[in-house]
Amino acid sequence: MALLEIRNVTRRFGDFAAVDDVSLAIEAGEFFTLLGPSGCGKTTLLRMIAGFDLPDGGAIVLDGKDLAGDPPERRPVRTVFQSYALFPHMTVAGNVAFPLKMAKVGGAETDRQVWAALEGVQLAGKADRYPHELSGGQKQRVAIARALVTKPRVLLLDEPLAALDAKLREQLQLELINLQKDVGITFVYVTHDQTEALALSHRIAVMNHGRVEQLDEPSRIYGFPRTRFVADFIGHCNLFDGVVAASAPSGGGSLVDLDVAGLGRIRTLTQASVPAGSKGSVAVRPEKVRISSSVTQGADDNHCAGHIRDFLYMGDVTMYVVEATGGQRVEALLANSEAGRTKFFEAGDAVEAAWRFDAGHFIPG
Amino acid sequence: MRWKPRGGSMPGTSSPAEGAGVSASGARHPSWQARDRGTGRWLVSGPPLAYLLVFFAIPALIMVVASFTPPGEYGGLAPLFEDGKANLTLEAYERLAGDPIYWEVFAKSVVYAGITTLCCLVLAYPLAMLVARSPRKYRDLLMLLVILPFWSNFLIRVYAWMIILGPQSALSRAVNAVVEPLGFEPVSLLFSSFAVLVGLVYVHLPFMVLPLYANLEKHDPALLDAAQDLGANAWQRFWRVTFPLSLPGVWAGAALVFIPALGIFAIPDILGGTEDTLIGNLIKQQFLETRDWPFGSVLSIVLTAIALALAGLAAWVSRPRRTA
Amino acid sequence: MKRSWALYAAAVAGYLFLYVPLVIVVVYSFNDSRLNAEWVGFTFDWYRRLFANDEMIQAAVNSLAIAAVASLVSTVLGTMAGFAMHRYRSRLLPVLVLTPIAIPEILMGVSLLLFFVLLNFTLGIVSVTLAHIAFCIGFVAIVVRSRLAGMDESLTEAARDCGATPAQAFRLVTLPLIMPAVIAGALMAFTLSIDDFVITFFTAGAGTQTLPLQIYSMIKISVTPEVNAVSTLLMLLTLVLIVLASKLAPGALRTS
Repeated sequence: MALLEIRNVTRRFGDFAAVDDVSLAIEAGEFFTLLGPSGCGKTTLLRMIAGFDLPDGGAIVLDGKDLAGDPPERRPVRTVFQSYALFPHMTVAGNVAFPLKMAKVGGAETDRQVWAALEGVQLAGKADRYPHELSGGQKQRVAIARALVTKPRVLLLDEPLAALDAKLREQLQLELINLQKDVGITFVYVTHDQTEALALSHRIAVMNHGRVEQLDEPSRIYGFPRTRFVADFIGHCNLFDGVVAASAPSGGGSLVDLDVAGLGRIRTLTQASVPAGSKGSVAVRPEKVRISSSVTQGADDNHCAGHIRDFLYMGDVTMYVVEATGGQRVEALLANSEAGRTKFFEAGDAVEAAWRFDAGHFIPG
Repeated sequence: MRWKPRGGSMPGTSSPAEGAGVSASGARHPSWQARDRGTGRWLVSGPPLAYLLVFFAIPALIMVVASFTPPGEYGGLAPLFEDGKANLTLEAYERLAGDPIYWEVFAKSVVYAGITTLCCLVLAYPLAMLVARSPRKYRDLLMLLVILPFWSNFLIRVYAWMIILGPQSALSRAVNAVVEPLGFEPVSLLFSSFAVLVGLVYVHLPFMVLPLYANLEKHDPALLDAAQDLGANAWQRFWRVTFPLSLPGVWAGAALVFIPALGIFAIPDILGGTEDTLIGNLIKQQFLETRDWPFGSVLSIVLTAIALALAGLAAWVSRPRRTA
Repeated sequence: MKRSWALYAAAVAGYLFLYVPLVIVVVYSFNDSRLNAEWVGFTFDWYRRLFANDEMIQAAVNSLAIAAVASLVSTVLGTMAGFAMHRYRSRLLPVLVLTPIAIPEILMGVSLLLFFVLLNFTLGIVSVTLAHIAFCIGFVAIVVRSRLAGMDESLTEAARDCGATPAQAFRLVTLPLIMPAVIAGALMAFTLSIDDFVITFFTAGAGTQTLPLQIYSMIKISVTPEVNAVSTLLMLLTLVLIVLASKLAPGALRTS
């Protein structure tokens, strides 16, 4: 049985359903991420798990026990707030000791556990400082130490790295992964940052308009987005809309030929069977698209002729926008791996864009 | 993967809008607090609510009822119930409606309050502007200096003008030294409408400075630079940019000056002559001297109505709108 | 930014207008003359007479006692009101808290006079104190509420999250954080009470004197520099209280 079960949870604010009939099962020891844009309901869901908000419908079950009747202070979950929410009138040690004091842990035992928790986040030396004397990263670590000191069943993290700069964020991401491994506590992590979600999580639930669009491992979320929204929200994606011309079973799924306006016939893979005549899109990641000035592709590749319309040089990579002869735009990403070269093509160059049929992925609808 | 030009979800650049959005609708009144409401809410809001009901709302209601009763035989109020039936009358209202003298007093009060408001605006504007454009570290101190006199006793501030305008004061002597050789009667500055207005302006000035400052301080200095860049001179920059943007502050200040100035009685009492009877003096007279409480109540209710209507108007005019 | 000399001149004139009258009162309180007309010589005489004036001493004692009780009670009630206005959506409470501040003072004075007389409540120190509490609540509530509004809401949630009950969260987190505002509110209430004239005038009855009432009757009957002396002392007291309050809660005084 899953550690934390979200069963058909709904939360409305007036007419607006912030969380709309969401069901999730989060396993013990998992690093689980709720990912989505602003207003998708991820924070509302997190607040309902913490007990700051109550569902209008459905149940939140932890260890087989419905939490509905428990106010936040009686739930064995802890939150790391986006603003850190460190008590400004208490020292670092005072902050970390607060949950122990509330749990009526004795003095000597409190000292020992506070010390251990601060050691765990490499802040033992700052025990007597006040929060305003700490840097953003240090505050974040104190907030985590405070949340973990009483060994909760689940740690909820609400965009904990959003206020930090990029370098520090990367460093803390690594620390979070290691910390989670060490303590073995289930993390439920909320973020709008897809990079962060992909880097940290065991599993990700992508949310939009209060619903879960896709629940999967990071590589599946990125590689096989199930909906247009997921394809578009996670990373960058070419999406070609069209009508299925032919469909043949192949392996576990089917091989689909799609007529795309301005591009021609595109062959791609799908896991489910798709009837001819139905609508859908092909999702192709730009880094899977190759471009060349001559025809080199094999017979099973999709390819189209066109010219370079635009390119964006980004240092390590360059993004080319190819306009196919039919008018459709195809984005391609090339690594600038060759020494001394910053780009391979100029705007206006006649090129051919191509990708293998199994590099694409069919999204119905 | 490392870049995301369309999605707008560059880490660090996007604000935590979701958290904020949810707070706006949900976090301020999250429903775990709803559970506390039964007891916690009444434990906290009950005592002040009860106190203000007893010592503010009920007295106000009593005044409304009193305005419909006939005056008592020896002043005060007649009993509310006589011979088993309610003893209510519109007498006091009829008296107010029937005698233009009272309307003149109301009109005079409105005029005095209006002049006071205008004078305060003219005096307060440069003061507020100077403070708002001072270096940030001096602003709080300069503002404290504006407010400080307001916190000294009201009567002392009025009394100070008794000294300044008194017959033996340097100012009076100087004025009369100019006026008398020209063949005029010696003038008395004290106990005059002039003295009343000076007192009113002096006492209410900080009420105008505060909202003006609060407004002017928020102006983006780049707006003035832009206006200058586009060829506006100092005068045009003020009338076309600064002043229109400060209107909410002007209205708020006008309400904060006008409303209390309307009900004042001590300033005409101390600084004014016999003709400087304002509505406040009339009310005081009805309650303490003539002891016609029903009529005093009617006057108070009319004053309340005017004050609340003006406060509502000012709140509406200066309501927060989309700012630049 | 360029500032024109005209703005400077007008602003300096504004400050002079605010302070010269008060300075005159202070200066004449040391003037060795019965007339507030010209400087004759330095004396402490008016202060000496003040402290020999039993009526004045009694009025000062009354004022201090009223202000002490009124500020204490209104701070407790005002803090509750400010907290309730911040936390709960209520229509009635803000109206009751803010209207007494928004309408001319005389209205509250006369309505309380009616109220006390109809209840056969003897006018005196007690009625004045009750009245002062009623109008001070609003000022305290505003200061406390603005402090709460500036406080990170998640601090309270964090306290609950760490296992605190609502009462513990208030006592251990919210209250310590709003304490400067509470103290500033108390000092404001004390100042408002000790300085109040209008409401006191209607609710004190014939036999009770406070410092403002005493000053009023003195300037109505005969102006002597004793008024200057008592005014100077009163201003000094106010100054100390207000500077203290503004140190504790910067910006608190502006919200009134």
